[in-house]
Amino acid sequence: MKVPKFGVVVFPGSNCDHDAYYAVKKELGYDVEFLWHKDRDLKGSDVIILPGGFSYGDYLRTGAIARFSPIMNEVINFAENGGKVMGICNGFQILLEAGLLPGVMLKNKSLQFVCKDVYLSVENNNTVYTKGIGKNVLKVPIAHGEGNYFADENTLKDLVANNQVVFKYATSEGNITDEINPNGSTIGIAGIINKRGNVLGMMPHPERACSPALHKTDGRFIFKALAENIFN
Amino acid sequence: MYKATVVIKRRPSILDPQGKAVEKGAAHLGISNVRNTRIGKYIEFVVDTNDKQEAEKEVEEYCKKLLANPIMEDFEFTLNKES
Repeated sequence: MKVPKFGVVVFPGSNCDHDAYYAVKKELGYDVEFLWHKDRDLKGSDVIILPGGFSYGDYLRTGAIARFSPIMNEVINFAENGGKVMGICNGFQILLEAGLLPGVMLKNKSLQFVCKDVYLSVENNNTVYTKGIGKNVLKVPIAHGEGNYFADENTLKDLVANNQVVFKYATSEGNITDEINPNGSTIGIAGIINKRGNVLGMMPHPERACSPALHKTDGRFIFKALAENIFN
Repeated sequence: MYKATVVIKRRPSILDPQGKAVEKGAAHLGISNVRNTRIGKYIEFVVDTNDKQEAEKEVEEYCKKLLANPIMEDFEFTLNKES
């Protein structure tokens, strides 16, 4: 089977770039390269990962400055041509600022940085990232202060109507409740995909749940699903 | 040269948990009559041109594309001529 090549963008302040690199390369055995934010070369990547962290210190708004990095022009072109782009945590925030996904992130309702394992209900198992995933609930950690997803009513209607909500915060049984929502995110949204189905943004960190040594391996399902579906 | 001052406010429809938390602090201080605390941003800079229209255009673009996110924020700015 042909396997995809991943490119992990490194912004000043990224801090999950090595986690993503390690998970993809050592845990899953795919090809991966780092992509420097000042470069304009995607090095033949089939998938671009915008990793978590605090790009540009989260100054102004999360992701607001990273969005104008030279490499982002290439990432936006790549996405507009159907290339697979996966934004994790701060990467999701960058995708929102870049307009590749709709909506914004507000501060967590609690105003606190939340760092813990959560359960995600897989709401759409027909995307390139989730097809054949074989599970309805995934256990993956979150670590963010601004993961409270917000979109206006029409945008939200569109997201739901087009099945663009991919992951929601849920109980271990897959029930979506207000109590389980860790950040106040609208309708419990943890991850969304664009209409075309190639750009995914998610606040939880699948790359931190790929190693048996960490006793968390549900993140592997997402990377594996992507690798299996990407060339089909 | 113009001096620009930009005020960025959260749109009325967007919750402001920060403002709410700060207001709770006010209550702890015994300041009991403050309501609807909302936290925004104040930004100032100079615009290096003497053409007011050009300055306005540039500040507007700066606000729209970078300083404010129109999904959740409104902005207003003033320009003052500096010698």
